[in-house]
Amino acid sequence: MASIEMRNIVKQYGDGYPAVNDVSLDIADGEFMILVGPSGCGKSTLLRMIVGLEDITSGDMVIGGKRVNDLAPRERNLSMVFQNYALYPHMTVYENIAFPLRLSKTPDDEVRRRVTEASDVLELKEHLERKPANLSGGQRQRVAMGRAIVRQAEAFLFDEPLSNLDAKLRGQMRTEISRLQRRLGITTVYVTHDQTEAMTLGDRVCVLRKGKIQQVASPRELYEQPVNLFVAGFIGSPPMNFLPATLEGTTLSTPFGPIALDEQRATAVRGRDLLLVGIRPEYFEDASLVDEAKRPLGSVFRARVDVTEWLGDSQYAYIPYEAPETITAQLRDLSRELDSEELRTQAIVSIDSTSRIREGREAEFWLDSRKVHVFDPQTGENLTRDAEAGARLTQMATEDRVDQVQHAQASGQTVSGQSSGAHRAGAV
Amino acid sequence: MSTKQKTWWWIGGVLIVVYCLFPIAWILSLSFKTTADLANKQFLPSAWTWENYTTILTGTASDLFLPALRNSFGICLIATFISCVLSMFAAYAIARLDFPGKKLILGTALAVAIFPVISIVTPLFNLWRQIGLYDTWPGLIIPYLSLTLPISIWTMSAFFREIPWEMEQAAQVDGATTWQAFRKVIVPLAAPGVFTTAIIAFFIAWNDFAYGISLTSTSRARPVPAALGLFSGASQFQDPTGAIAAAAVIVTIPVVVLVLIFQRRIVAGLTNGAVKG
Repeated sequence: MASIEMRNIVKQYGDGYPAVNDVSLDIADGEFMILVGPSGCGKSTLLRMIVGLEDITSGDMVIGGKRVNDLAPRERNLSMVFQNYALYPHMTVYENIAFPLRLSKTPDDEVRRRVTEASDVLELKEHLERKPANLSGGQRQRVAMGRAIVRQAEAFLFDEPLSNLDAKLRGQMRTEISRLQRRLGITTVYVTHDQTEAMTLGDRVCVLRKGKIQQVASPRELYEQPVNLFVAGFIGSPPMNFLPATLEGTTLSTPFGPIALDEQRATAVRGRDLLLVGIRPEYFEDASLVDEAKRPLGSVFRARVDVTEWLGDSQYAYIPYEAPETITAQLRDLSRELDSEELRTQAIVSIDSTSRIREGREAEFWLDSRKVHVFDPQTGENLTRDAEAGARLTQMATEDRVDQVQHAQASGQTVSGQSSGAHRAGAV
Repeated sequence: MSTKQKTWWWIGGVLIVVYCLFPIAWILSLSFKTTADLANKQFLPSAWTWENYTTILTGTASDLFLPALRNSFGICLIATFISCVLSMFAAYAIARLDFPGKKLILGTALAVAIFPVISIVTPLFNLWRQIGLYDTWPGLIIPYLSLTLPISIWTMSAFFREIPWEMEQAAQVDGATTWQAFRKVIVPLAAPGVFTTAIIAFFIAWNDFAYGISLTSTSRARPVPAALGLFSGASQFQDPTGAIAAAAVIVTIPVVVLVLIFQRRIVAGLTNGAVKG
């Protein structure tokens, strides 16, 4: 087990394009760190630099207190799960998992013991003599994980390990990985473009954009206190709505009516002609279903609903709005950068599933103005971010992690006795 | 496929097989004919005989044929082995590494492969005599390498390109050196390619006549195709056709055996299951 520190890491390709640009990141011992971002943001490159498959142009990569820039992958003692698993097709599952041990010339009975343990954890016992070609996608994925955990590696690296699985299996494997990581208590870096994986797995999430770190924080902090427009738009599904607004006194005037700001936030945003208000879909509600007590905390507006989507447990309504040309263009750029294609300016609002709001009609909505964020359209900076509150959220997540690791390791020991004990010993 | 379509496929297939195998069947039949029987205007011999085989294996032609057979085997196996090993490394570099002159190597290999052998034989003859390679095994192995290497590099690099990069990277992360990754992961995966290449290279060397007849003069190094041309009948009025046919049959056997042995190894799609699929 080891911590991973990156100091001013730069990766420049032959054509001068910086795929990773001045990234500094500290990953604590035993932490589950997620690297997330749209395609081409440099997250995989960063991971491959950690493991040593990609040269580092400049900066320091320090693993377990040792600078590893010039070490070959095999000297870094990390284990990695590849996106396409990269199993050795000419070997049985047993030999696949045993491969790292064979390379380190581990005695046969030790190999057998460790492979058996790993295959127990991953429920691969009855497949050990089969070849990868005869396994299902999920089984292959587990073999790849087995190969990673069989060794006493300093850290696990995952490169979009679940993206080739179907949705159901992905959900199962996600919890499996989470459980495994907690139980082994081993430092993990996990690359994904799937924000569900990012939010559910990570102790902390590092959001990358064009090779630069945007924000490193716990999932909760990212969600509630995003540092800029990009992070706010990237995290959350459906995404945060961005409305054009101008400030008059302490009130924002938006296409959805005035939104009152408290004095502190109003001061923070004052002095700009045009602003962007970021409102998450769940901050909206069908006005007729809002508690009388809550009603004064927000504002009420009327709008025509374009489309509604009823999903059983929740319901989404799409409300088109007009925006100035510059804002429209900017939002389109943003959505393109986030790998989606937003064709019209519309707000997606989440309303109670019992709501009787219908498509094509005007309806009254309520908007919780306490949690809105205001962004500078030019720089994308979040003007109303409460750094302290954010830090508190991340601090809480860190405490949770320590607690969870202790709990998982303690209960792991009682559930499957020796096996997890040995793993823990192996992980230390 | 409907029954009618199937029938047509069968008829077509049989026609092609008959067309291809007819000369071989003819040679086989000739090899069992007596000298008097050769021009009997019948496909089958009127009396079956082992006479031709005994002539080349133990009789008068044996001192010509048997050393030639040994030479051919030795020279071709050595040439195949060297060519496989060299082309394995060359093809790996071509498929994996980005280095200046990569296109040049491939282009040159292709140019060498299409270069007419006959135009180089005469200068080589003179050169070999002067440097003492004439009528020796190395004297044939070297030109055979020039025949087999280009095609080996091309086939092998095609096979290497099929192997996902991640295999190797995974091995390196698992703790393998570059050499270990190559030996334990890449080579086993490329095995079908290696065998295919080996067979092709062996055939090319085995079938060569131009170098064999020009660069040898005695049974020290003369390979079978060249030896066949030097067969003579029992008297100058007798055709050695029967003996040549028998020798041709014997020469074909190792080739057939080789294909039968290795065809199970040449199973395409060995990389199945390596990646998501």
